[in-house]
Amino acid sequence: MPQTITIDGVTRIEGHAKITIQLDDAGKVYDAQFHVTQFRGFEKFVQGRPLTEMPGIMARICGICPVSHLMAAAKACDDILAVQIPPTAEKLRRIMNLAQMIQSHALSFFHLSSPDLLFGMDGDPKQRNIFGLIRDHPDFARDGIMLRKFGQDIIAKLGGKKIHPAWVVPGGVNAPLTEEVQDSILKEVPAAIERIDRALDYFHQIEGRYPAEEDAFANFPTLFAGLVTADGLLEHYHGPLKFVDQDASLVAELSPADQRHYGSLIGEAVEKYSYLKFPYFKPRGYPDGIYRVGPLARLIVAERCGTRRADMELGAFRTRLGRSPQSSFHYHWARLIEILYGIEMIQRLLQFPDILNTHIRARARPNRLEGVGVSEAPRGTLIHHYKIDDNGLIQWANLIIATGHNNLAMNRGVRQVAERFVDGNKLQEGMLNRVEAVIRCFDPCLSCSTHALGQMPLRIELCKADGEVCDVLQRD
Amino acid sequence: MTSAVSSGESITLKIDDKDISCRSGETILAVARENNIDIPTLCFMEGLSVWGGCRLCLVEVAGSPKLQAACATVCTEGMNVVTASPRLKEYRKMIVEMLFAERNHVCSVCVSNGHCELQDMAVKLEIDHVRFPYRYPHLQVDNSHDRARMDHNRCILCTRCVRVCAEIEGAHTKDVKGRGVLAAIIHDLDQPWGESETCTSCGKCVNVCPTGALTHRGTAVGEMQKKTDFLPYLTLMRRTES
Ligand code: SF4
Ligand code: SF4
Repeated sequence: MPQTITIDGVTRIEGHAKITIQLDDAGKVYDAQFHVTQFRGFEKFVQGRPLTEMPGIMARICGICPVSHLMAAAKACDDILAVQIPPTAEKLRRIMNLAQMIQSHALSFFHLSSPDLLFGMDGDPKQRNIFGLIRDHPDFARDGIMLRKFGQDIIAKLGGKKIHPAWVVPGGVNAPLTEEVQDSILKEVPAAIERIDRALDYFHQIEGRYPAEEDAFANFPTLFAGLVTADGLLEHYHGPLKFVDQDASLVAELSPADQRHYGSLIGEAVEKYSYLKFPYFKPRGYPDGIYRVGPLARLIVAERCGTRRADMELGAFRTRLGRSPQSSFHYHWARLIEILYGIEMIQRLLQFPDILNTHIRARARPNRLEGVGVSEAPRGTLIHHYKIDDNGLIQWANLIIATGHNNLAMNRGVRQVAERFVDGNKLQEGMLNRVEAVIRCFDPCLSCSTHALGQMPLRIELCKADGEVCDVLQRD
Repeated sequence: MTSAVSSGESITLKIDDKDISCRSGETILAVARENNIDIPTLCFMEGLSVWGGCRLCLVEVAGSPKLQAACATVCTEGMNVVTASPRLKEYRKMIVEMLFAERNHVCSVCVSNGHCELQDMAVKLEIDHVRFPYRYPHLQVDNSHDRARMDHNRCILCTRCVRVCAEIEGAHTKDVKGRGVLAAIIHDLDQPWGESETCTSCGKCVNVCPTGALTHRGTAVGEMQKKTDFLPYLTLMRRTES
């Protein structure tokens, strides 16, 4: 008789996700779904608001990656104003975007995922969390906390606030960089590099310990998408959007100007079981047009990073895993490489002679009625698309968030893990944790806040077809 | 004006147990402020006529069963005024909470965030939540004017804009239509601001507006800061010239 296992996030915290695993009569997995049951409706309630408020409003979508929404929103507004923002403003926005990536990756890797890697997927859940990490691996934990702080401090210094800075505005930024802030950030760079180097050394020792997870954590061929520079290097703010196949060969590319027509390459499917849309690569149809975004995808899409240390580390990554590793397990390593890249790049940007320039904002009225902004959030490509009326009020908005792009792959990944680690109708902690861990590889935005203590409040129900619950596993 | 024309005759009164003397014809609000006694206001503005609409400046006057608006009540000999009783504090809190509940004041994404008199008032009155259900009305943003924007979601109907436009600029573009919760600021014959024949685009209304209801176009979240210094200066200059 078919049975259904449901992993349900307890709803006390925002970002509700639920996993259903369906068993066939023989107790084997035959399907799995990752449901996003929250609906925030930003696209609806921005209607009628002035365009210039959009970055500020959009930054409120998420308390974890507000800066990313700020960037994409500001870029969509720039597009509507039809302005070229001053070069200094672009560099400053880039610094903030990279700082956001560093702090987000540090949270994802050190606080949320590394306990799994250090204590083992079957480790005692009581110690397999950030507190256990601080107790047993204090130096490693401290490096993680300090790297996150490095990113957060930059955001706070530039924007005046850690969480929802209103500093990025249509046309640029609203306050120039001061020499004092420039110095204070540059001063922190060597320590940050030391920390990420140490973390990478440590990671090299442990990353080979999980062959089964490597093998089954969303390990299947898909397309990959991400921004690159005009020269094909790693990029997070502006550049061609590239789709490559599982061998990293080019499939399609949208120049920044063509990104207004993202709809020619990206379709958005809707499934009954989730509020999160399912974007797919249109030319391949649904669901064959499955693709992944985020740190791993970016490292596959890019030829190189473009900074010295990160490129060396990328070399090691590719030597060990090949040019385009397909297992999402490798998002972790990719994240560390991007942290390193981010620190190097921030240093480079801060040393540009024009970085203290006070011309940081282009002023204009709307010159187009429609605009698209594409940037790379820590979790992957982020697209904001707005239409305005003649008076500059938002008429319509569409957002494709990073977690959305990965939705198909996450669903398929959950199924793969379930197939490997779920057997029979008895639930085990390690299984639950692996299902959760594969989701965590993608670092989906929706429940990262609930991850903050290392454990997602979870409920798995194993149900018979008639709805009778025959096993429950719960942690809150 | 703060003070109706004062006759120059000296009178004495008590405000919050303090013996105070003033010129006859001065309002309680003016005299209190001269003596560093703070009475909160929102619709009142030095240099504009008295409206008495926001009711935040209500005070207790001994012997009067009704509360009096300090901005519109003239001091009399032997008056005994209380400006900050627990009852008054409670009423003021309620008034401001009702202002928040009446329209859509989403401070965190408002252009005036951090520079808003309504927000400051809530902080001053120690309001940490609103006890009334929010109405969430569907209100428009009028972005038709070339230089300024009117967001009805943030308007508290203090009429400062109406008064400055009529009394100082002399245009009388703005006015109030409707009553109660349906009241709204209009331009000329209730047409989009940008189509107004009378507006001179002077921007005075934007600067006197206490909230993010009137702003310059193109401002982003938290960027709108009002400049109100022009008003006492203008009125002073006009008085000396005439
Ligand atoms: S801009 Fe000047 S004239 Fe126009 S409505 Fe405002 S105060 Fe009146
Ligand atoms: S628009 Fe501003 S100044 Fe005019 S009534 Fe509303 S809150 Fe007062």
